[in-house]
Amino acid sequence: MKVLLKDLVQVRCGDKGNDSDINIFAPNNQIYSILEEELTEDKVRTFYGDLVKGEVIRYEVPNVLALKFHLKEALGGGGPSSLRLDNLGKTMGAIILRMEVDIDEEIINKDFLVNSQSN
Amino acid sequence: MKKIRIGAATGFYGDSIIPAIPSITKGNIDYLCFDALAELTMAILQKDRQKNPEWGFAKDIGPFMETLLPLCVEHNVKILTNAGGINPLGAKKVIDEIIEKLNLNLKVAVVFGDDMLPNIDELKEKNLLVNMQSKKPFNAGNYDLLFANAYLGAKPLVKALEQGADIVISGRTIDAAQFAAPMIYEFGWGWDEWDKLAKGMTIGHLMECSGQAVGGNFSGDWRSVDLVNIGFPIAEVMESGEAIMTKAPGTGGLVSRDTLKEQLLYEVHDPYNYILPDVVVNIADTCLEDIGENQVRVYGTTGKPSTDTYKALIGYADGYMAEAIFGYSWPDALEKAKYASEIIMAHMERDKLDYEDIDISYIGYNSMFKSVINEHDKDLNEVFLRLAIKVKKKGDGTKLARIVSPIGLSGPPFFTGLISRGKATQLLGICPILIPKGIVDRKVKVEV
Repeated sequence: MKVLLKDLVQVRCGDKGNDSDINIFAPNNQIYSILEEELTEDKVRTFYGDLVKGEVIRYEVPNVLALKFHLKEALGGGGPSSLRLDNLGKTMGAIILRMEVDIDEEIINKDFLVNSQSN
Repeated sequence: MKKIRIGAATGFYGDSIIPAIPSITKGNIDYLCFDALAELTMAILQKDRQKNPEWGFAKDIGPFMETLLPLCVEHNVKILTNAGGINPLGAKKVIDEIIEKLNLNLKVAVVFGDDMLPNIDELKEKNLLVNMQSKKPFNAGNYDLLFANAYLGAKPLVKALEQGADIVISGRTIDAAQFAAPMIYEFGWGWDEWDKLAKGMTIGHLMECSGQAVGGNFSGDWRSVDLVNIGFPIAEVMESGEAIMTKAPGTGGLVSRDTLKEQLLYEVHDPYNYILPDVVVNIADTCLEDIGENQVRVYGTTGKPSTDTYKALIGYADGYMAEAIFGYSWPDALEKAKYASEIIMAHMERDKLDYEDIDISYIGYNSMFKSVINEHDKDLNEVFLRLAIKVKKKGDGTKLARIVSPIGLSGPPFFTGLISRGKATQLLGICPILIPKGIVDRKVKVEV
């Protein structure tokens, strides 16, 4: 079944200069493995479209079941010189919550749907 | 086994200290550490210093100390903060005055020398003015430089504690060092004990954004967290560098593996090589374990030898942003706002208002997600147009205001909520560089 990342993961993002830094946390090992397959650098880059001008680098952090994405040149010049309303990219991480991933129904346990109340 | 307890106060210039008070009165802490600096903050402080050479530090340090010092004396709590900004000596003066006024007996240490603005010519001669990200040379002569500060580590802060300081005020020492310095001092960690230094810095990293470690910005089940009465984080640290993260009893917020893991990786880029002045941290090795209600064990972080350079950040004036914001109601709110932006664009051209760059977005529709939006959301109750242009002079904001104002009577229907006609704010260009440690270290002073 198709599941929105919104219902599956935690996300926190921040900035350094003109780069955005996005961390995606899986609720368990099984979903972490699926996200490792699904959330490739290329796929994330395509999803963000013209928002990201530079390279996308992914780091895996299995200790906390996280995938970290470093999006280079993604904040319109960097916090203090960006014209964007969200000049620090504080909502850059929320964008990817709209991405859908395909997950077997039996793997999805309601407990893992972190924001399911808002459905 | 020796243990110390460290509490976090503010996470930025503008944060509240109220959630830190229970940490002092009920949290049994030995140290209270706060971060006050960010890239933009340095520029704000520089502008303050231009207005008055006595300023240039985080000005809320005065009222904060007035509230905190009597409590800290009563509960035997020492304070570390980088609120000195670009004028740590000025901040010390303010704190000394408060100590005198409150008739307290406290030793204040000040750490300064991170300001590299006086050394720009030397850095240029040594070919050190190179952007560490783009590798491009930075031609300082072409810019109006606002600040240039090296990011110092824990060493001068530890020196200050060794000299018996009750309060340590510094300039651009890194945030995490405010928290790690007491550990290094109390446990006598060596400057080559990389794993311990890495553990200390990681605990500092977890705490340096105050509320963000204890439920603030929590993207999990945020509804279940009491953010009204949030209490800032407290770390109980063992001699080994292992720690238990918690908060004061009776406070809101949440300390759990899920809230802490979000902060663990925040803004570190490569988590296997988080380069700090005193150590390169493998933050990805960190383990977080829920061991009780609002209690998380933090352990496992490893470190590698530090590099031979400090990062420094040069800030320069980069023009102004003039911004107009106003709203339209349903029906067809988005369409009306789009038409309004067309009118303003045409009138900027008519009136020859030149700009270097432009950003148009529709608040309520795409101001945050920009192009990555859901097209089904178009039938909105209300939409605000936000138009921002980059201009050379502050006065160009007034020109934009003249163009925007007539929209109220000569634009699309159901216009309201004029938030800004053309307010101009300074933009700040930044250039990070690397400087061999020796050049900086010889300038750094600790005065008690």
